[in-house]
Amino acid sequence: MWLEAPLPLRRLATVVLLLLSGLYPVVMAQTVARPEPADPRRSGFDFMGPSTQAMQRGDDRNPGMLWVVDGEALWSREPANGGKACIACHAAANSSMAGVAARYPAFDAASARPVTLGQRINVCRQQNQRLPVLAWESPDLLALEAFVAHQSRGRPIAPPADPRLAPFTEQGRQLFGQRLGQLNLSCSICHDRSAGRRLGGSPIPEGHATGYPLYRLEWQGLGSLQRRLRSCMAGVRAEPYAFGAPQWVALELYLAQRARGMLLETPAVRP
Amino acid sequence: MARTRISLQGDPVRGVPMEIRTLIAHPMETGYRPGADGKVLARNLIRRFRCSFDDGARTQLVFAAELFPATAANPYIAFHFTPPGNGTLRFVWEGDQGFAQTETLAVRVA
Repeated sequence: MWLEAPLPLRRLATVVLLLLSGLYPVVMAQTVARPEPADPRRSGFDFMGPSTQAMQRGDDRNPGMLWVVDGEALWSREPANGGKACIACHAAANSSMAGVAARYPAFDAASARPVTLGQRINVCRQQNQRLPVLAWESPDLLALEAFVAHQSRGRPIAPPADPRLAPFTEQGRQLFGQRLGQLNLSCSICHDRSAGRRLGGSPIPEGHATGYPLYRLEWQGLGSLQRRLRSCMAGVRAEPYAFGAPQWVALELYLAQRARGMLLETPAVRP
Repeated sequence: MARTRISLQGDPVRGVPMEIRTLIAHPMETGYRPGADGKVLARNLIRRFRCSFDDGARTQLVFAAELFPATAANPYIAFHFTPPGNGTLRFVWEGDQGFAQTETLAVRVA
């Protein structure tokens, strides 16, 4: 029967046999072999359209840079109370702050809890500069945070291996998987299981916090990760935790672990 | 005092067109949106943008634009300019509530 079949059919049968025999995967593996598997994680940047990507790439068209420039001015400005400017203790930010944002949230020994970069700036203001704390999402805090985080742009996110952070990170991991709100959704359902699919016409990103504080076109301004998380919580119709709540810090810790090794993009642009 | 960013793409060469990119921090409030208290927020727009080039003898218009409520916050305006020689670029943004911002940039051609 084999020999009786017409030539094209025989060829087809041979190919099918080769595929079934397992030879084909071996051949493929040899031709496309890579030294190491590529990182399957994708930043929100990869889900954006080319025009929004161009907006983030060009420093002269990225509106987030307006806050970075503001933060640079604040960094070296002496406060009105006659105290020291940030630069007096920390020196030039491009050396002293390089890589710092990639390690936050970090453990604050004095308060025995983890703090975000924004909280760390406020602690420094209170204790060292004797200045009132800056309000959440206030322009000055966002500007300083964006300026400090900008010094780590292009560096891999490297959460510290501090055992004191472990219980908080674990709390964040649980919060990420916890169903919330009237829609009864967890972060994980969208950003782990449904990433890459669409929600109301917009792609669902993987939820890696690689570019905060970032410029969101929807906000028409710069905003922090907590602001973004709060609007996600309102989106599943849950009552968002207050700004600065420990749950946010725990979530930020888990997100930093989840995005470990991905590159910081501050100030990112997102739709 | 608004914050601006202005950049020339490449080095200016006499007679060779080049791109100029401008970015200015501005809320571009439309005058149609309610605030958190339910009251309509006062309109606050940049209404006009002008870029002119002064070579010391005369001033010529390079680019002008009118802006309307549909323009996003922090307007980014990019346009092309052919430097006729050395001189100064002058950028003026004007708008509601007495908003006025002027920046200058010296141009030295190769």
